[in-house]
Amino acid sequence: MSEDMQEEAEGTVKKFMYVNRKAPYGTIYALEALEVVLIGAAFDQDVSLAFIDDGVFQLSNGQNTTDIGIKNFSPAFGALGDYDVSKLYVEKESMDERGLALDDLMELTWEDEDDDWEEKPSIHLVSREEMKTILGNQDVILSF
Amino acid sequence: MAYDLNGTTIEHDEEGYLTDLSQWNEELAIILAKDENIEMNEEHWEVINFLRNYYDEYQIAPAIRVLVKALKKTMGKEKGSNKYLYTLFPYGPAKQACKIAGLPKPTGCI
Amino acid sequence: MSILHTVNKSPFQKNDLESCLAHVNSNDAVLLIEDGVYGAISGTRFSVLTSSSDADIYCLKADLDARGIDPDKLTDGVKLIDYDGFVDLVAQNDAVNSWL
Repeated sequence: MSEDMQEEAEGTVKKFMYVNRKAPYGTIYALEALEVVLIGAAFDQDVSLAFIDDGVFQLSNGQNTTDIGIKNFSPAFGALGDYDVSKLYVEKESMDERGLALDDLMELTWEDEDDDWEEKPSIHLVSREEMKTILGNQDVILSF
Repeated sequence: MAYDLNGTTIEHDEEGYLTDLSQWNEELAIILAKDENIEMNEEHWEVINFLRNYYDEYQIAPAIRVLVKALKKTMGKEKGSNKYLYTLFPYGPAKQACKIAGLPKPTGCI
Repeated sequence: MSILHTVNKSPFQKNDLESCLAHVNSNDAVLLIEDGVYGAISGTRFSVLTSSSDADIYCLKADLDARGIDPDKLTDGVKLIDYDGFVDLVAQNDAVNSWL
């Protein structure tokens, strides 16, 4: 079987990138993006997430929405590993501009089934230059 | 639309999922299960408790394949399978188990 | 791989254009539509950004006309296109990134 046909038989896997650029509660974008990621995970594609601009605020730890009457959906980021979404690229410049460091973000991990369920970090801090390259290598980009 | 639990009214949506998740208790789960023609046994409770713990931690109801994977990891290969889950919940673990567990319908489950 | 980026917000109100231009690769294209076309006006603080970008910058004429912006007022190098040109750009690039 040629490589093309093999790919056809197994279904073509595309690189899907979800770009998050909005803070979590001021608009519905962040929650909608997360829901699309969870739903889209059923399609077994090569999924990654980018956090740029105010999108980095979505990953802040210690979110507590009790008094604003909106559901705190930040814990759901912790489930992404179970959905085989293990690449969260966070832009360093966006973090710096907002006075954020890696400690200010939730600790997100995924379990590597092929490595005795070893827990590995999902968040990758990348520079703007690296982010440009990552964005340039996607088959599909969904921006929120 | 509402369930009646010893005189207490417990609201649910048009598909039977609880409106207020905090109203759930084990007694109610048994009533919800009966509506689905399910007699709760220990194996049902294992799945229900797993779902509730998962929701507690992540605030979402897991997709089936996530549930299967997690059960496989914690309870072994036999219980971590679609077949096993469908034996317990014939009309679909997402639909029936989540409802009995008092969780919303899983995201992405139509 | 090349990406078509679309920007539909005024840069005077939102940072989408700035952020987009900071993330484009040289073989990408940027298309300004709707209120995004305000980013194509020359003599603003954004004209420096658009004129110095490695990527090709396009502007949708229909949205420019609707807002009464004279094409003569566009920053040098910004290319004016119609809807057919928009379709061509989508077809010519591998993916689209809508900066919302």
